[in-house]
Amino acid sequence: MSNGYVVPAIVAVTLVTVGIGFYGLRLARTTSDFLVASRAVSPTWNAAAIGGEYLSAASFLGVAGLILKYGVDVLWYPVGFAAGYLALLLFVAAPLRRSGAFTLPDFCEVRLGSRRLRTLATAFVIFIGWLYLVPQLQGAGLTLATLTGSPYPVGALLVAVVVTANVALGGMRAITFVQAFQYWLKLTALAVPAIFLALQWQADARPAVTPPDGPAFRTATTVVVEHRATLTLPDGDIREVRPGDRLDFAAGDPVPEVSGAAIGATDWLLPDTAGDDDRSLFATYSLILATFLGTMGLPHVLVRFYTNPDGAAARRTTLVVLALVGVFYLLPTIYGVLGRIYTPQLLVTGQTDAVVVLLPGAALGDGTTGRLLAALVAAGAFAAFLSTSSGLLTSVAGVISTDVLGRGSVRGFRLATVIAGAVPAMLALNVSGLDVSQVVGLAFAVAASSFCPLLVLGIWWRGLTDLGAAAGVLVGGSAAIGAVLLTVLGPPLTGWPATLTTQPAAWTVPLAFTVMVLVSMASRRRLPRDVGTTMLRLHTPESLRL
Amino acid sequence: MTAAEEQQPAGRPAPVPGPPRQRTRIVLAEVSRTGNRADRTRSELTQQTRVGETLVQGLVRAQLSLALRLSLLVLIGLGGLPWLFAIAPTVGRVTVFGVNLPWLLLGVAAFPFLIVVGWAYVRLAERNEQDFVDLVQRPER
Repeated sequence: MSNGYVVPAIVAVTLVTVGIGFYGLRLARTTSDFLVASRAVSPTWNAAAIGGEYLSAASFLGVAGLILKYGVDVLWYPVGFAAGYLALLLFVAAPLRRSGAFTLPDFCEVRLGSRRLRTLATAFVIFIGWLYLVPQLQGAGLTLATLTGSPYPVGALLVAVVVTANVALGGMRAITFVQAFQYWLKLTALAVPAIFLALQWQADARPAVTPPDGPAFRTATTVVVEHRATLTLPDGDIREVRPGDRLDFAAGDPVPEVSGAAIGATDWLLPDTAGDDDRSLFATYSLILATFLGTMGLPHVLVRFYTNPDGAAARRTTLVVLALVGVFYLLPTIYGVLGRIYTPQLLVTGQTDAVVVLLPGAALGDGTTGRLLAALVAAGAFAAFLSTSSGLLTSVAGVISTDVLGRGSVRGFRLATVIAGAVPAMLALNVSGLDVSQVVGLAFAVAASSFCPLLVLGIWWRGLTDLGAAAGVLVGGSAAIGAVLLTVLGPPLTGWPATLTTQPAAWTVPLAFTVMVLVSMASRRRLPRDVGTTMLRLHTPESLRL
Repeated sequence: MTAAEEQQPAGRPAPVPGPPRQRTRIVLAEVSRTGNRADRTRSELTQQTRVGETLVQGLVRAQLSLALRLSLLVLIGLGGLPWLFAIAPTVGRVTVFGVNLPWLLLGVAAFPFLIVVGWAYVRLAERNEQDFVDLVQRPER
């Protein structure tokens, strides 16, 4: 596949990102500019920046791919990614801003005054940050390979180098403008092609999304299998396919059933029912819990709150983010649904994550319009990789520079950025088989089982002690991390053990809350003496100027 | 700048250079009678007296119960859906404008719902804070 517009579009996005970064460098003069943009960012800019940072490869590519593959049940991903901001707004936004904490470790020290808890939180911030960075770099490598045929490491290294250089040189102020620009770019890159796709669907006499005989190939297609799978051909034959196998289908041939994907119309169209077993219901609720509560624990989300001038502004910013993110998530569903009609071969190859970048070309043909729209989507995808990686890198580097290197200077921050960027780049080069959305979902589960209880109880419950907080984070976080490692590295599981490890949040989040409350009650003597002053500061409006 | 603007506000004489004026003895009882009641509530808050603690706890409780009530609304409105689809599979087969109901509810309606809940929270939370500010600044009410 060669599209002459894709590479210039990606180069343009990268250049604009670096360009705004250098423009910001001229403005960033002090450490304060560098770290918190001197708090001179308006709520609308800040909200667009938070939205730009948040909409990652998983949102831009992964959600549409999941919908193509699994249907209605995975619509909980976009709903949960948006609802996470509501939970953040209700329980965390204003008090967190008033606490004056810049990072999660800062919050631990402000609220509980414990250096050890701070160290523990630092370790978790770095782990979650890297867990979330690897799939971004991986997504970049796979997208560039799909679109231009370049080797996988090129895309991953390109994003890693651009982002590290940009964060190290421009800091937070530059990042704010870059991120805000990238939110609008991502929205445009999905919205404009979506309009053309809907028109094309009308012009094609509105082909059914779920035809009674199952999805069929519209044109003669040769499929090269990328993942090992079991196919059930229409005549009932069962065939094992391996990566590299080539399958030829004529126009009008039905799409074979692929193990794991919901090919049949009813599976895809209708929600899982409780009739067969409770595991799918448990998995759905676990996913809801992880995404609703995990957002507030993601390190790159919290860092942004300090750039608001006060608590009320933090609340309004969060509401605007919720609206911006909500508008964006209307779009991936359109791609996932139309992908059933125009790119059914992705169900056979297993590369469903590519649906967003391949759909414009497949539906609109090889004309100039199709190519231009494909280039636009590719540019949006790169904006997604660049912006989320920048945000994650800024927060991980911030934590490393203050807590590990112990220096608050701009030079220390730059050194930390290089360290924070090099590790996930190495990891991304060595693992290329992980599922982007799955790893991101696990990062949410770890955040929901460690930082969510710490923040919610720390803000609303006077009885929290440093010992209780540490125990809750350790037990809940380790349980979730254990589930992550077992899912990613362990042997394939089936039945309940598989459900409990791939969607752990429904048991790890309550576990973390329970341990935190019980241990705090048992260690009541360790209550921080200044808890009254801290509560006063977290909850009273700034207009009183106490 | 005009001369009028340069004048100090009434009741606060400008420091006059020259020999020091005779000192006035200030009695605590008089201050508390004539002083600003808002300042007194402020010091109750900052000095963590029992009154101050109660005031802050009232605010925290009001904000927390607001957040919990709104999350209960979301819990029922959105969290009830998987359960509803599971116990009543026919709901999933209902179509509106040719689209199955679960797709419309999760793919479209969920987002405006979340935004409206968020908007309501921002308004009500700011009202709680305004009530608190009023209470501190005019404690006699």
